[in-house]
Amino acid sequence: MWSTLSSIFPYAIAYTIPLLITALGGLYSERSGVTNLGLEGLMLVGYFACAITIRLLQDTMAHSVWLLTLGLVASVVAGALFSLLHAFASINLQADQVISGTAINMLAGALTVYLARLISGSGNVRIRMGIIRKNIPFLSKIPIIGPLLFTQTYWTTWVVLAIWALSWLLLYKTSFGLRLRACGEHPSAVASAGVNVHRMRYFGVVMSGALAGLGGGVILITYSGEFHGTVAGLGFLSIAALIFGQWKPLGILGATFFFGSATTIANVSQVIPSLSVVPPVIFKIFPYVATLAALVLFSKKSAAPKASGQPF
Amino acid sequence: MKKTKYRSQSGNAFLVAVSAVILGLIGGAVLMAAIGSNPFMGFYYLFRGGLMNIERIGNTLATATTLMLVGLSVAFAFKTGLFNIGASGQMLIGGLCATLVAHKVFLPRPLFLVVLVASALIGGALWGVIPGFLKARFNVHEVVATIMMNWIAYWSIYYFVPAYLKGPSLETESASIAISQSLRAPWLTKLFNGSYINYGFFIAIACVIIIRFVLDKTTLGFGLKAVGSNRWCAEYAGIKVNRNVVISMMIAGGLAGLAGLTFYTGYSRNMQIGVMPAQGFDGIAVALLGASNPLGVLFSSLFFGILQSGKGFMNAMTSVPPEIADSIIAVIIYFTATSVLFQRFWDRIARRRGSRRADQREEE
Repeated sequence: MWSTLSSIFPYAIAYTIPLLITALGGLYSERSGVTNLGLEGLMLVGYFACAITIRLLQDTMAHSVWLLTLGLVASVVAGALFSLLHAFASINLQADQVISGTAINMLAGALTVYLARLISGSGNVRIRMGIIRKNIPFLSKIPIIGPLLFTQTYWTTWVVLAIWALSWLLLYKTSFGLRLRACGEHPSAVASAGVNVHRMRYFGVVMSGALAGLGGGVILITYSGEFHGTVAGLGFLSIAALIFGQWKPLGILGATFFFGSATTIANVSQVIPSLSVVPPVIFKIFPYVATLAALVLFSKKSAAPKASGQPF
Repeated sequence: MKKTKYRSQSGNAFLVAVSAVILGLIGGAVLMAAIGSNPFMGFYYLFRGGLMNIERIGNTLATATTLMLVGLSVAFAFKTGLFNIGASGQMLIGGLCATLVAHKVFLPRPLFLVVLVASALIGGALWGVIPGFLKARFNVHEVVATIMMNWIAYWSIYYFVPAYLKGPSLETESASIAISQSLRAPWLTKLFNGSYINYGFFIAIACVIIIRFVLDKTTLGFGLKAVGSNRWCAEYAGIKVNRNVVISMMIAGGLAGLAGLTFYTGYSRNMQIGVMPAQGFDGIAVALLGASNPLGVLFSSLFFGILQSGKGFMNAMTSVPPEIADSIIAVIIYFTATSVLFQRFWDRIARRRGSRRADQREEE
């Protein structure tokens, strides 16, 4: 059991990280009062931008860490720029945010493959190498948590966790964060206090685009290695995690880890005898059923930002 | 997320739709030009691919069939103020039920077709009624609930099809359905020179008529629309809001289930795993462009049908990738979402014209 656990744990973390950073992006957007169903598309844009950047530069740049960093920067920028479409529609034009988000998903799905076909006929973009997993010196020698948390890690994991911690500080310990969250609860009160609600919401949406884009880039350079035109519902899974985590940073950390582990177990259950008694479909549908159950359980006392989805 | 009115308020829904289509086509032209192709040639081959001979027209109609039913599903839910983003999942479950019947049930042809249609209808309705119930009973937002239902359907089929319906060659798709057990009709195939067109087209047309009748001429339709336009008012008038929400989602799910029937047992005759049917989302565009009106849905689904079925030919004749069709549809849906822009534009033109007329009258 222990050897099973310690061997799948690094994979569970690898699956969790893109979900975590994307759900965190969704948190910024929803807390500022804009529902963002376009996370799936924004993730895909980041996934694509990272692949294309690395593909174009991998022959000229030898240093792999800088190359991968550049790819991640490209995915952040691309995600942020693409999310401006959603911000403009839902903030300035007061469009229906659900429809705008759906349009973002469709546009991202079509446009990225359209452009990828210019590079390769099949629309798949493969990169030569991703991040090499490393054991953290000293920390990996600690009993129990060493093998679980500090062996075979990607450096992006630590970057994402740092962003998560900084976001928690920003949203809950600064006056800026208080204003942002208030925009999602009672925007007219914030406006009467002299804060520009539109600007705060723009920040929230662009942040969600940047972080979802980063999530897509992380998928590429950690476990995927190839752009193939879809992130297979991970953006929607992040939205589920956001709801299951009740729109709180610590909640989404727990929820994404929970969902990431379920995905990992489903993927490996066929090769590990002790897990193969449960059909993998149970693990795959578990996050969605759990989210529905959470929505039913918390229906009386929803923690959702009250003004999320309402134009101001 | 609070409910917003999806029905376009002013009478210029048609102008909004036309503006969105024009902008979508311009967006497509820009994309073609950006990769160095001639947009006029691109569009020429795109429309030619959808319409150039009787066989291709049949394929266009077969493609439009699925879009029409999904569009009706989304439009019907819109009328009750609900956003059914879960048509993909309802399609999958409806299609799965129909595929099961096609493989396992053997009956005289007319009776078989009834059972086939009923199975898809029930499968889709079941998948739609769950979010409807959660909405009515627990106030769970239907957008979130239907998205979750989509992925539950996706993964269930991902494991169900290889286990129980596996084809002889590939692990990733179900065995092909025999023509005699599918929605295809030999006389239709012959009439359209061997195209994919099937009985689904007549089912879709019938649904357009039935839904139009239900919405405009029945008490049920009036109640559903009343809930959609103002649920508090409807409640005050004695209409059972929660019951109507459940019924609306059930019917919307049933329609999407029929869309799955036409696609999986008529158009493709097998089910691939690991594919979330894009028609579920294209159908949102169909409903929006058709202003949630059954006749509007009919025409917009034909338009999108041409785009989707002509893209392969265009790709063969030019260097434009087939994803151009999906890009155009996505641009159109974005601009219908932001229709406020055109409404302002057309209103301003109308006002200017109105004031000019008033000026003339004063002069007289």
